Amino acid sequence: MCTTCGCGNGQTHINGKPVSTHHRADQSLRFRQPVHQHHDRGTIDFGNGIAGAHVPGISPSRMVKIERDILTNNNRSAQQNRSYFLQHGIFALNLVSSPGSGKTTLLVNTIQRLRNQFPIAVIEGDQQTDHDAARIRATGAPAVQINTGKGCHLDAHMIDRALQQLALPGNSLLFIENVGNLVCPSGFDLGEAHKVVILSVTEGEDKPLKYPDMFHAANLMLLNKCDLLPYVDFDIDAAIGYAHRVHPGLPVIQLSATQGDGMQTWCDWIAANCRRVAANADSMEASFQV
Amino acid sequence: MHELSLAESLLLIIEDAAREQRFSRVKAVWLEIGQLACVEQQSLQFYFDAITRDSIAHEATLHIIVSPGQACCGVCNQLCSVETYHALCPHCGNYALKIIQGGEMRIKELEVE
Repeated sequence: MCTTCGCGNGQTHINGKPVSTHHRADQSLRFRQPVHQHHDRGTIDFGNGIAGAHVPGISPSRMVKIERDILTNNNRSAQQNRSYFLQHGIFALNLVSSPGSGKTTLLVNTIQRLRNQFPIAVIEGDQQTDHDAARIRATGAPAVQINTGKGCHLDAHMIDRALQQLALPGNSLLFIENVGNLVCPSGFDLGEAHKVVILSVTEGEDKPLKYPDMFHAANLMLLNKCDLLPYVDFDIDAAIGYAHRVHPGLPVIQLSATQGDGMQTWCDWIAANCRRVAANADSMEASFQV
Repeated sequence: MHELSLAESLLLIIEDAAREQRFSRVKAVWLEIGQLACVEQQSLQFYFDAITRDSIAHEATLHIIVSPGQACCGVCNQLCSVETYHALCPHCGNYALKIIQGGEMRIKELEVE
């Protein structure tokens, strides 16, 4: 952890190599994003601020209107990633869940089923170790491991850096396995096509109510480890009902990554999206050529 | 913990504004945070104080305006106020609310010198 401000970003690593930290201890605070170019021009506005209390002449203070999203820098990087994916026909999924829901096992078994259909790559996010990337590489798929140090989520800038290392071929399938955390990754757009939230039946069925932001942000929910249903006290209808309270109409696929039940439905969903994204990229390219 | 990232982003935006609008000190910051946004206000305050140390926003006061959650029901199409993502429509009793306001995280205004 950084000793100046307590942040964890100083410990961010990609494939074990440190990436630029957001500030150095011997300088005033300095952040990792480059100075951006498209800043909305604010209006200098004396006394009309929210405070409504400024009296010109009493102090040299003035009010400056900003009106920007706090995550504006992340969102700009996410949009760049999204444009890159669109242009190259890459279907990118951001997998989010608690630790231990079976994300990596799901990915390994999904890659084995789909590797003959599409080029597949994985960006792995964990606070420490490259264990998950090693499991992915054992399938033959390229993987970049991002270690976030004390950080609790991946951000769009980290994905940009990882993409530069991956050099994905066109029409690829990209999985981004986020840090195991049902809270923080919900607010950070990475440029993905969809957030996919994974809930396993060894967890509580009320997690959609306890962690609503993630289930609200996701476009697909996978219920994993369904082969264990006979052995655990998990009400599957209640879990889906809770998810639908938070996100009406959220599609749900019940599966078992280890036993294979439901994997075909999941892989069919991915394959259909990959073909659609690749076709869109082809038509974009064709329209540029015309 | 992601409040740390939010505080970092805030300071970036403030430093950009300082370069463009030529001010050297920030005395107060006004944020609009939606009632449904995934932000813990005390945590954001803590990290804002930490991250702005030695910056132009050192000791700036952070004001947080909470904007209420609003939703439109997918069944009866009426508007209502919501405090959570898993609320019932008060008009028709269905869980079919689409959130239309309350997730915002915006920096609104600065008092500067």
